[in-house]
Amino acid sequence: MAHYEAVIGLEVHVELKTNTKIFCHSSTEFGADPNHHVCPVCLGLPGVLPVVNKKVVEYAVKAGLALNCQIAAFSKFDRKNYYYPDLPKNYQISQYDLPIAEHGHLEINVNGANKYIGITRVHMEEDAGKLVHQGTISTTPYSLVDYNRTGVPLIEIVSEPDMSSADEAVAYLEKLKAIIQYTGVSDCKMQEGSLRCDANISVRPVGQAELGTKAEIKNMNSFKALHKAVSYEIERQIEVLEDGERVVQETRTWDEARGETFSMRSKEEAHDYRYFPDPDLAPLVIDREWVNEIKASLPELPDERRDRFVKVYGLPEYDAMVLTGTRELADYYEQCVELYNNPKLVSNWVMGDLARMMNVSGQEIQDLRISPHQLAKMLELLDKGTISGKIAKTVFEEMFKTGKDPGKVVEEKGLVQISDAGLIDKVVEEVIAANPKSVEDYRAGKEKAIGFLVGQVMKSTKGKANPGLVNELLKEKLGK
Amino acid sequence: MISLKDVEHVALLARLSLTEDEKQVYTRQLSDILEHVRKLQDLNTDGIQPTAHVLPLQNVFREDRVGEHLPVDQVLANAPERQDNFFKVPKII
Repeated sequence: MAHYEAVIGLEVHVELKTNTKIFCHSSTEFGADPNHHVCPVCLGLPGVLPVVNKKVVEYAVKAGLALNCQIAAFSKFDRKNYYYPDLPKNYQISQYDLPIAEHGHLEINVNGANKYIGITRVHMEEDAGKLVHQGTISTTPYSLVDYNRTGVPLIEIVSEPDMSSADEAVAYLEKLKAIIQYTGVSDCKMQEGSLRCDANISVRPVGQAELGTKAEIKNMNSFKALHKAVSYEIERQIEVLEDGERVVQETRTWDEARGETFSMRSKEEAHDYRYFPDPDLAPLVIDREWVNEIKASLPELPDERRDRFVKVYGLPEYDAMVLTGTRELADYYEQCVELYNNPKLVSNWVMGDLARMMNVSGQEIQDLRISPHQLAKMLELLDKGTISGKIAKTVFEEMFKTGKDPGKVVEEKGLVQISDAGLIDKVVEEVIAANPKSVEDYRAGKEKAIGFLVGQVMKSTKGKANPGLVNELLKEKLGK
Repeated sequence: MISLKDVEHVALLARLSLTEDEKQVYTRQLSDILEHVRKLQDLNTDGIQPTAHVLPLQNVFREDRVGEHLPVDQVLANAPERQDNFFKVPKII
């Protein structure tokens, strides 16, 4: 069997976080009543004229700069013509041959190896409306249209076909999302559709120079879906080739429930958008001074911040990468370190218990009830020996759930660590008396047996005994 | 030259349903129009910049401020069918 390699490029749509739409004064606010955030311009009524929202151009330039692109000196809008009920004008205003930004790149890290992924272009366009179906699109008796989203500003970011695995595709999208979020031009919420991703995938035998026929995969609504869909599609195409057949160039949709991609051939027939310059919109001449101003307004981006975390806090590269994955998480971490100056310990807690509990509860860093100040306070209690490492986890969990101060949790739950040698001594005596077998084992040279005895002491003190002291006392008593 | 096939393709893209007679007429008329416009190709355009827009305008911007929305009953006044505050349309796959 021949070996195959996959060639993957991603097209990512990002909704820009402006107040108003790209060509009219209608609001972009998410979740309004259907057809309430529309006006004659975005509805495409006869005789109206679109006017460009300056903020959209500023944000597109900002995103382009953050992605290491060259910003066009001259750019224009074009009409992309197609008929679909979510598009009231029967054309979408987009950019064809003169996009706002081109020739960028970003860096990904997969399994410890760094790789540059090229960015072909960034262009501005308007979003389409939303179709509401009853059940699925194939079973619905009719469709309902809400035009609130029509005209919401988007940038489309097209990558070079530089990725070769599902892992790389996910790493690219994660990094892209982080960069865009850092710039503040979009909140990139996949679940609200403000970040959407399509993948172009082909496979070819290793060593073959020319590309295989590609399929475009749509409808991947999460990082997990992207990973599963890309993996599935690569396997599917290899099987097609192995069976001696040919891959068909087509659009396929990812079916999350079935875990497979399937053809959307019906929409393919007329893939002819007949682009032409939009005569209603004047071209853009992008002043270099403006570009420099926007450049100066860029915040520290994920890669720079990661490098600084390694240098300033002495963190391992991996910690720094995870902690700078979103701006909010990195901010949270830095606030903690400012209050409690042990960067690696803070990192362990943030990446360990905090991340785990956020995962379980589905919370974002913005929703956290536990403040950096409270986390720092808890670490101080740990330092002072008021609580043990084991108890700290219990305290932390309670703080996470209730937002209470660590001191209060310790007091309410009676979790103060027992460091009174007299008290512990008594329990140690009891445990030794109750476990003659382990005591014998230990005395016979089985060092490990002491672990069991320590565990018994911790158990009968409900985890509150100072573990160091327990160890010390046990060894002393079993010493001979 | 425009072929009958071109006309059928463009008609499909524009969602127009044409009779055989109409296809013949439009094939001839569209060919004539293109033939007429082709005269532009005779002009010497050396050293002329491509034109993106016919008026001497650039950078016409608006500020990012929310204005008035159209009342929903007016929005839906032209809807072929309406359900609640939605436009109701045939499903299109």
